[in-house]
Amino acid sequence: MQAVIDFFSFSDPNIRYVVLGSMLLAASSAIVGVFIVLKKKALIGDAVSHSVLPGICAAFLFAGNKNIPLMIVGAFISGWLAIVIIDYITSNSKIKKDAAISIILTVFFGLGVVLLTHIQHSGYASQSGLESFIFGNAAALIGNDVIVFSIIAIILFITVIAFFKEFTLTSFDEPYAKTLGLPVSRLELLLTTLTVLAVVTGITAVGVVLMAAMLITPAAAARFWSDNIRKIVIISACFGAFSGLAGAFISYMAPAMPTGPWMVVASSFIAFFSFFFAPKRGSIFLWWNKRQYIKTTDEENILKIFYQLGEPSDNFECEYSVSELMEKRTVGQDRFKSALNRLKRQNLIESIGENWQLTKGGMRESARIVRLHRLWELYLTKYMQMPAHKVHENAEMIEHVLTPELEKELEIQLGFPDRDPHESIIPRI
Amino acid sequence: MNENSVLKVNSLTVGYTRKPVLWGIDFEIPQGKIVGIVGPNGAGKSTLLKSIMGVIPITNGSVKIFDESLDEVRKRVSYVPQRESVDWDFPASVFDVVMMGRYGRLGLLNRPRRADKEVVLDCLEKVGMADFSKRQISQLSGGQQQRVFIARALAQQADFYLLDEPFAGVDAATEETIIQLLRKMSEENKTLIVVHHDLQSVKKYFDWIIMLNVNLVAYGPTETTFTKENIQKTYGGKLTLLSDVRNILANTPYSTKENK
Repeated sequence: MQAVIDFFSFSDPNIRYVVLGSMLLAASSAIVGVFIVLKKKALIGDAVSHSVLPGICAAFLFAGNKNIPLMIVGAFISGWLAIVIIDYITSNSKIKKDAAISIILTVFFGLGVVLLTHIQHSGYASQSGLESFIFGNAAALIGNDVIVFSIIAIILFITVIAFFKEFTLTSFDEPYAKTLGLPVSRLELLLTTLTVLAVVTGITAVGVVLMAAMLITPAAAARFWSDNIRKIVIISACFGAFSGLAGAFISYMAPAMPTGPWMVVASSFIAFFSFFFAPKRGSIFLWWNKRQYIKTTDEENILKIFYQLGEPSDNFECEYSVSELMEKRTVGQDRFKSALNRLKRQNLIESIGENWQLTKGGMRESARIVRLHRLWELYLTKYMQMPAHKVHENAEMIEHVLTPELEKELEIQLGFPDRDPHESIIPRI
Repeated sequence: MNENSVLKVNSLTVGYTRKPVLWGIDFEIPQGKIVGIVGPNGAGKSTLLKSIMGVIPITNGSVKIFDESLDEVRKRVSYVPQRESVDWDFPASVFDVVMMGRYGRLGLLNRPRRADKEVVLDCLEKVGMADFSKRQISQLSGGQQQRVFIARALAQQADFYLLDEPFAGVDAATEETIIQLLRKMSEENKTLIVVHHDLQSVKKYFDWIIMLNVNLVAYGPTETTFTKENIQKTYGGKLTLLSDVRNILANTPYSTKENK
């Protein structure tokens, strides 16, 4: 408990550095990630993050110690080189983009690991901590390093905000952006540069292996919560910052735990949560919607059965036993019975002893459905040239989705008809 | 030919990799006309618009707009891409998309001003989408998407418009709205080039016609150009020999034109 208080009181300047640094870098890469996701270039982010490792190691070999600015330059160069080579391979050979990305990603990462192993076995005094570049260690964020990474993060923020409208347009419709005279290829270059920089900010705290997740996951999660790109950017930044905080906190509580993977676990948790629970787009919401739709369809089909039973005698106030009704059903017995009960609760039917009867409201509702069904059948035969014996099945589906506006439009186009293609009367309400 | 010609295309050749999609196209378009482009699938209709707009590079030949190169007159030219060319699940509203038409005039780093917003609302009004300005674009019907794209082009306030299949997959009401709008624009002496699929309505819609099938079959006033004979030439019979030669070109390891 004391450790938790220590952590969140931020009294230890080291903790302050670590937390602030982690949050800043995670938030800034999450912002850049929004555009990578919208451009459907998530794999490039993965390739870049793996490809910076040889650059970092080469910089270490060159300087002989952990010189952070030099390592950033090295990471930047090798990340950049990877993208250039991927583009070159794609446009000058038969190899497709996904294959080119995998090849370059593994070649660069493999080379990086070879260099790293070489450094570790050649007795450099100052090599300790270099291995944290693979999985990250927020505790390694100290003093000047934090300042350097934070400056890069702030540069990312400012650049994305400054070019927000251009990035939005090129993500949505690049050819059109070109016709407006926007410098499309230079903007692309800029976004690639930002991607590399975002990866670079995370090399000590998150590590190169998982930095791609910090680019992509918060942005993908944020997409579930809004249809407005400005809000998505803000939400993505918050998700990123929260993951940064969580990762730093966990690796503070259990120093053996690497920071990067925990940040990724936290942001993946947010992503899963969004996937299931986000309003409108979340899968639980979609599942619930579907369930409601099936329920309504069942209810409407039962009302239709009442109508059909009453139609020959033109008397819709008859009572029917459950077995009479069930003869015409198309769904299982349980579904049928629970739909009957729901109709009763809605006051559309009432029970008289063992039997069921339409209420006034139920009569109106049943006539409405039959009416939509028959209007649609007529439309299909008249405008779609479908033969009369083939239209029923389609109308069974469409009758449940036609809105009052469409109903009106149908009537106008069909000239307020009385009879459907099977010569049955189209009920009026 | 014409003093106030808007567009001059001179022996234009365009190829993807080395396979020519357009071959030696020459024509001129006078101001204030609605010009249709027709031709079978793969005739290079969209490619022609894209190469005029600089979206894809020209292999050979030249394009002059208002007697200048495209870069000089960009603000006077506006392009409506095919509706299917973008992902409509993009997180933007109708207003956002139409505002994109202002970005060319705004320039880098500038934010839209009140005047820009007024232009956007006015353009939405013109295409009958004023009530939809806050609507998320993924919730639009095909016809509404098309209207949004046209509103975006209108927001550029250009003099010369190139539209790629604006009538494809739209409802009758939208088609009517669009053609009325185009006619009104041509009365204001704006020039419009429209890629079109439906041969039935060519005579009703267009003053001029360009008939295309990799090469230029015919162009000129619809009345004299859109003849049975020219339609036959454009659509009838595959040019098997031509397509064979194109395939050979695509597989040649070296092209002199590409390296100049």
